[in-house]
Amino acid sequence: MSLATGKSAFLEGFIAGVPFLFVAGPFAFLFGVVAVEAGLDIPQSVGMSLVVIAGAAQFTAVQLLSEAAPIWVAMAAALAVNLRMAMYSASLQPHLGSAPLWQRVIVSYLNFDISYALGIAHFDERPERPVNQKVVYFLGTIALTAPFWVIGTLIGAAAGGALPDNALIDFAMPILFLAIVGPMLKTLAHLAAAVSSAVAAMLLFWLPTGIGLLIAAAIAMAVGAEIERRRGR
Amino acid sequence: MSHSATEIWAIIAVLGVGTFLIRFSFLGLVGGRRMPGWLLRHLRYTPVAVLPGLVAPLVAWPDAVGGNTDPVRLAAAIATLAVAFWRKNVLWGALAGATTLEVLNWML
Repeated sequence: MSLATGKSAFLEGFIAGVPFLFVAGPFAFLFGVVAVEAGLDIPQSVGMSLVVIAGAAQFTAVQLLSEAAPIWVAMAAALAVNLRMAMYSASLQPHLGSAPLWQRVIVSYLNFDISYALGIAHFDERPERPVNQKVVYFLGTIALTAPFWVIGTLIGAAAGGALPDNALIDFAMPILFLAIVGPMLKTLAHLAAAVSSAVAAMLLFWLPTGIGLLIAAAIAMAVGAEIERRRGR
Repeated sequence: MSHSATEIWAIIAVLGVGTFLIRFSFLGLVGGRRMPGWLLRHLRYTPVAVLPGLVAPLVAWPDAVGGNTDPVRLAAAIATLAVAFWRKNVLWGALAGATTLEVLNWML
């Protein structure tokens, strides 16, 4: 790869990723606030953002911890939230699978909703690009957002204790999750899965914290998959 | 919170390793092979199968108001979901929900 084309692929990805700073920044700040509210200290909050680096899963874990759920339940539920990334990984494979191992390791660490969505859209449009340019493009999309995810958490965690006590702050997370789910309801199967998940989780709420959610999620995935199978895609 | 610092760091470590392995899975190990269709079909619904179930009880029975259904929070949840779905946009949805929450709380 000539240096010039590599640089230009990075820049293209970087520019595509800029708008997402305005999503990830506030989201990271809020995670810092919520994590401290839930009882994590600042190094733990920032450490989680750096090591796990996955928004929805981190919120899930912290929410369950604040409800005093057993730690294995918090782990299982948060990992279940991240299972979709196995699909991202599978979908990137045809484009990036032939990159050197160390590059695939870095891409995997930075495989978020944002970088995946921007990356796969570009790769489908320009499948002829050499793999090294695809890797560089992918890293460009997240070059701004990833550091801000960690820095934003630090600022939020540091500010968390100092924020005025807002009686409504408990509801910030449900709102964010619902806002994330809204655009995902693309087909009848997605809608049916979401409704099954909500209904089953409420019917099973009497079970120990988090366990009802795992059962509800399994039911909802089966409902979505079955509707898709019958209707054809 | 009833968790020790050791437990918290254990969760962070397990989630970090587990999340990385999920992300690395196919990209790292599968090579050119393709997963079975039935598995992909289930995986496609993972986010919409987990997140609504996580949120529904928080919306229906919020701890902050003693676990009773709260019309203000319920209205904010519906506004969030409706706008996010309609505009296909996370930020607009969140903004609609937060505004509904603050305005109704101030009015009522």
